[in-house]
Amino acid sequence: MTAVARPGSPVTRRSSTVGRVFEHRWLQYRRTFRSSIFTSFLSPVLFLTAMGLGLGSYVSDSAIDDIGGVSYLVFLAPGLLAATAMQAASFEATFPIMGGLVWNRIFHAMYATPISPRDIALGNLAWMAARLMLISTVFTGVIVLFGAAESPLIVLAIPAAALTGLAFAAPIAAFAATQKTPDRFAAIFRFGITPLFLFSGTFFPIESLPEAVRPVAWVTPLYHGASLTRGLSLGTLLDDPVLALVHVLILVACVAVGTWAMIRTIERRLVRG
Amino acid sequence: MPETPSNPLIRARQLTKRFGEFTAVDAIDFDVAAGESFGFLGPNGAGKTSTMRMIGCTSPISDGTLEVMGMDPAQHGPQIRARLGVVPQQDTLDNELTVRENLVIYGRYFGLSRAEVGRRADELLEFAQLGERANDQVEPLSGGMKRRLTIARSLINEPTLLLLDEPTTGLDPQARHLLWDRLYRLKQRGVTLVLTTHYMDEAEQLCDRLVVMDKARIVAEGSPRELIERYSTREVTELRFAPGIAETLDGQLDGIAQRVEHLPDRILLYADDGEAAAVAVNQRGLKPDTVLVRRSSLEDVFLRLTGRSLID
Repeated sequence: MTAVARPGSPVTRRSSTVGRVFEHRWLQYRRTFRSSIFTSFLSPVLFLTAMGLGLGSYVSDSAIDDIGGVSYLVFLAPGLLAATAMQAASFEATFPIMGGLVWNRIFHAMYATPISPRDIALGNLAWMAARLMLISTVFTGVIVLFGAAESPLIVLAIPAAALTGLAFAAPIAAFAATQKTPDRFAAIFRFGITPLFLFSGTFFPIESLPEAVRPVAWVTPLYHGASLTRGLSLGTLLDDPVLALVHVLILVACVAVGTWAMIRTIERRLVRG
Repeated sequence: MPETPSNPLIRARQLTKRFGEFTAVDAIDFDVAAGESFGFLGPNGAGKTSTMRMIGCTSPISDGTLEVMGMDPAQHGPQIRARLGVVPQQDTLDNELTVRENLVIYGRYFGLSRAEVGRRADELLEFAQLGERANDQVEPLSGGMKRRLTIARSLINEPTLLLLDEPTTGLDPQARHLLWDRLYRLKQRGVTLVLTTHYMDEAEQLCDRLVVMDKARIVAEGSPRELIERYSTREVTELRFAPGIAETLDGQLDGIAQRVEHLPDRILLYADDGEAAAVAVNQRGLKPDTVLVRRSSLEDVFLRLTGRSLID
């Protein structure tokens, strides 16, 4: 019974406190690993079959010219990759954060140990990044299987999609940490994620939108994410390197601001008065 | 402070916690010595939990000074928390994990190696009498089992100081006694316990020394026995009368006991000889429905100090 009998033994090994939070999320995920991978695989297969091949066969030749002269499937697939990362991120950034603060209150348990609120924020964000990399890798694999990638640069669409997801995950998690109930999450999905999914250049180029609303698409991270993944998949990204850099910088800025806000809101929630 | 240990594990002077205009803890002084079992007794809202959170370094102090293991919580929060065991009022277990996984991951927070944490987890499962449930999910466990798991979890880092915030609130009597037995064993092994409770029997069972808190302040301090001797009589005679009778007794109980306390449902006679008081009641021709003679408890101390019951 030495674990109980020896009061005051020092901490034996100090290692990354952020990593411990990540480890906890992995332990939770391990249970649903297989079914989760299967879903990540099935979803793009269904979407690319129905929308890319099915719906795509109705896309006229004149429309094909507007999307860069490639088949609709080739146009759609990378956009859908970025949009899927956004959707997964918005889910990962809401319910698990609420769970840790309100339901299981695990973040409170973590904060009773040497783990700090900052570690909790960064550890969760690191976990979301890993999840997004995994989902994007499987999705990209499906794109390649469908023969919908024009360039080997598609490999770089994996981190680009994950970055797109994080650009949403960090600010949404910052918001989630201020909430006491999940009531407002539905509003985020309904009025934020779904319209972006439909109108940010995933299914058609934003040039098809009325001129007045085009700037709206410009300020949404998904437009920049989809532009990146599409440019990489088609191999056209470096035709305009400055624009490519702008896309990346805007996404990085969203992640940076979101991360800062997330640390603040989690801190405010855990540190009492 | 009647006695000030030379090297207290916790030292608080004029310790204050304010939330905006509201003062939750109002300039309290106390010391906790190593190896001691120390309690905060008081009703809900007395400031017990706020005090515990300040000691646990998850709530910054508003005023005064606080030292925990010789360190300042504002400067060394993570270092102090590394040596604390915390049992919060509300369970914070991960329902998605198994009983054993909950212990293992918690040990990992302290930077313990997987091998070490696995060894300790198995020992603690035995200690908490949860060995058979090691690989079960946490969700279906009873309230008492979850509390035992939370206590086992708080011991994974072999803490110098164990903080227990209302450890048995909401448990049935059998589960409470089992928990008390485990805590008593820890105390015997030299673990310093600091606990809050609004149960006087819990305080009497577990605390070497305690402070009584009311409305953000400490109103009395001592061992359970000292407090009872100081603020109450040796025995108490409880009288229950039929409805309406108690109000008509004006003055008829005078002189029977050192003190008479009228509660909504009963009358308490504070006397060193409770039997004699009961006989005297009878001799005066009063006919209570029930008469109970018992020893004084901390409940009586609290009633005396604040004019209110601990549990409303």
